[in-house]
Amino acid sequence: MNAVAQPSALQVRAQDFLARYEGLKDRLPGDAAVRTAAAAAFARTGLPGPREEAWRYTSLRPLAEIGFREPLGPLADCAALLAGLPAIEGPRLVFVDGRFRADLSAVPSHVTVRTGTPAFGTLARLDEKLVTLNTMLAEDGATIDVAEGIDAGTLLLISLGSGSHSHPVAFHPRHALHLSPGASMTLIEIAMGAGTYLHNPVTSITVDAAATLTHLRIQNESPDAFHLSTVYADVGARGTYDSFALTLGGRLARMEVHAHLHGEKAAAHLNAAQLLGGNQHADFTTVVAHDAPATASRQTVKNVLTGHARGVFQGKIEVARVAQKTDGYQMNQALLLSPDAEIDSKPQLEIYADDVKCSHGATVGDLDPDQLFYLRSRGVAQAEARSILVRAFLSEALDPIVHEEARAAMETAITAWWERQSV
Amino acid sequence: MLEIKGLTATVDGKEILKGIDLVVPQGEVHAIMGPNGSGKSTLSYVLSGREGYEVTGGSATYDGQDLLALAPEERAAAGLFLAFQYPVELPGVGNANFMRTALNAVRRARGEPELDAVQFLKRARAELRRLSMADDMLKRNVNVGFSGGEKKRNEVLQMAILRPKLAILDETDSGLDIDALKIVAEGVNALRGPDFTAVVITHYQRLLDHIVPDRVHVLADGRIIRSGGPELAHALEAGGYASMIAEAA
Ligand SMILES: Nc1ncnc2c1ncn2[C@@H]1O[C@H](COP(=O)(O)OP(=O)(O)O)[C@@H](O)[C@H]1O
Ligand SMILES: [Mg+2]
Repeated sequence: MNAVAQPSALQVRAQDFLARYEGLKDRLPGDAAVRTAAAAAFARTGLPGPREEAWRYTSLRPLAEIGFREPLGPLADCAALLAGLPAIEGPRLVFVDGRFRADLSAVPSHVTVRTGTPAFGTLARLDEKLVTLNTMLAEDGATIDVAEGIDAGTLLLISLGSGSHSHPVAFHPRHALHLSPGASMTLIEIAMGAGTYLHNPVTSITVDAAATLTHLRIQNESPDAFHLSTVYADVGARGTYDSFALTLGGRLARMEVHAHLHGEKAAAHLNAAQLLGGNQHADFTTVVAHDAPATASRQTVKNVLTGHARGVFQGKIEVARVAQKTDGYQMNQALLLSPDAEIDSKPQLEIYADDVKCSHGATVGDLDPDQLFYLRSRGVAQAEARSILVRAFLSEALDPIVHEEARAAMETAITAWWERQSV
Repeated sequence: MLEIKGLTATVDGKEILKGIDLVVPQGEVHAIMGPNGSGKSTLSYVLSGREGYEVTGGSATYDGQDLLALAPEERAAAGLFLAFQYPVELPGVGNANFMRTALNAVRRARGEPELDAVQFLKRARAELRRLSMADDMLKRNVNVGFSGGEKKRNEVLQMAILRPKLAILDETDSGLDIDALKIVAEGVNALRGPDFTAVVITHYQRLLDHIVPDRVHVLADGRIIRSGGPELAHALEAGGYASMIAEAA
């Protein structure tokens, strides 16, 4: 008798995504050859599983248990979600359930924006399974181009999960952003939503020589949502990719950032804060490749964990032989406000150059009782004292944010998050 | 009036306060002197409600209110202020914000209207000038990167802004040069009056030249072994603690 191995939940889910692709492939826009290759790769590799080193701390099992469909049906008005958006002025590209909504957007005049076709670009590789999934199923995305020397100001990229479907839905937007030499821009990404959905965006970012992208992200997805995002940032000589990502929402979230510093004196700041409660799980995973001399990377990751929440930070710094005078810094700090919360931190340094400065560190702890007592002795009630100290813990990450409205939006979201926790 | 009766307290199971009896009438300033490790800071922490300091007997009341039954913030709202021997650094917390939050918390508890940022800054700047402190003190993070003297002055600034009814100053004079010492003394003297009661803990008689106390108490090994007028401080300075402790034994 032949024993037939039961497929795992992850395999079943992968099969289901493939079946979705088979049903949709004739209608999906963009380069069909790229999709076919992605589908073939996905059929081989499936979803990332627990045996993979990069997925040791984050299991996609909760996702595997849910059957996702495409977001079909009439356009949702999203009135409640739109009303909950932070007040930030400026042009905006709004995607609802992964599809561009011209009626809700205000397209910028000083940059080139194309939507309706996923921008596969050249950066994304087929060795990232979620990127492969995205490539196979992407329906839409923004392709943004900033011309040489232009200061493009602020652009909002908003993703709403409408929650208006009778089934959980999955969407895989594919964005590309290119800053020509000397250009600059602040991209503010906000992800919010209602109900159960999978938001699996992939964004390819190219920062040319002496260009600067400030990338601010607020991940405030629905409490039942899955957020799995991948960013590729290629930075040329004297270019800067300066990013800060605030994670508050989602049931299971992972942000993965691959920064490639390929021009001399290129710099990347991959800062993040993860504020998690209940049974939330969030993972911030970075890979910084220093591939040219005198490149610099800075990563400060702050975690505030309550309830049974689990935070993960994995930071890999690769320094190629040519990348002499590299300066790499990585710090992961966690405030564990409950005995059941957990943080996993995995720094990885792979250094092949000899003249480099690389350091990493991690701290874990509760609020300092001496600081709490000092505040309380001045009349500040316990709950407010705790809130002040949590905010102080985050200040190193928040204070450098120059964009005032974005910073205020983050402060507001953090305050609202704090008020939802019972600590 | 502060009234302490038979107060005993332990830290980590070790008895530190072994029966303190002390009465500070309304409007008076009393000094507590005593050798290192005699329990002066422990007394100040017990009175302000720090965790880990367990009261095992006796009582402490302020204006008839049982201080020991209150949370630290409730004691502050009742008018108590402790100037810490070792002020705590709060990285990421601006000094002005910190003081305004504290002041408004206390005002709320007392049913007084809160001050907005502008009103607060006006008041804070006036106090700064009176204490000869630089304005940038308000912009810095609480006690972060402050010198020892700046930290002590920052305690006095907080006291001036919060205007407590009962202040405990724990070695606020230690490590200060004579000019800083005068500033601290002026801060206390400015508040003196029928509605201000204070306990000044010090090692040195020289502070008491500037803040002349109504009474001086000597604390040794968790007990008050002598009490007297300001002249007691001079006797101590001349004879030291050892002889006084030997005498009391
Ligand atoms: N947190 C603590 N844990 C253990 N022992 C302590 C602690 N704080 C104070 N003590 C002890 O209590 C005694 C009194 O200390 P303290 O009140 O600081 O004295 P003083 O302020 O008079 O110098 C000392 O023996 C000190 O070692
Ligand atoms: Mg002491």
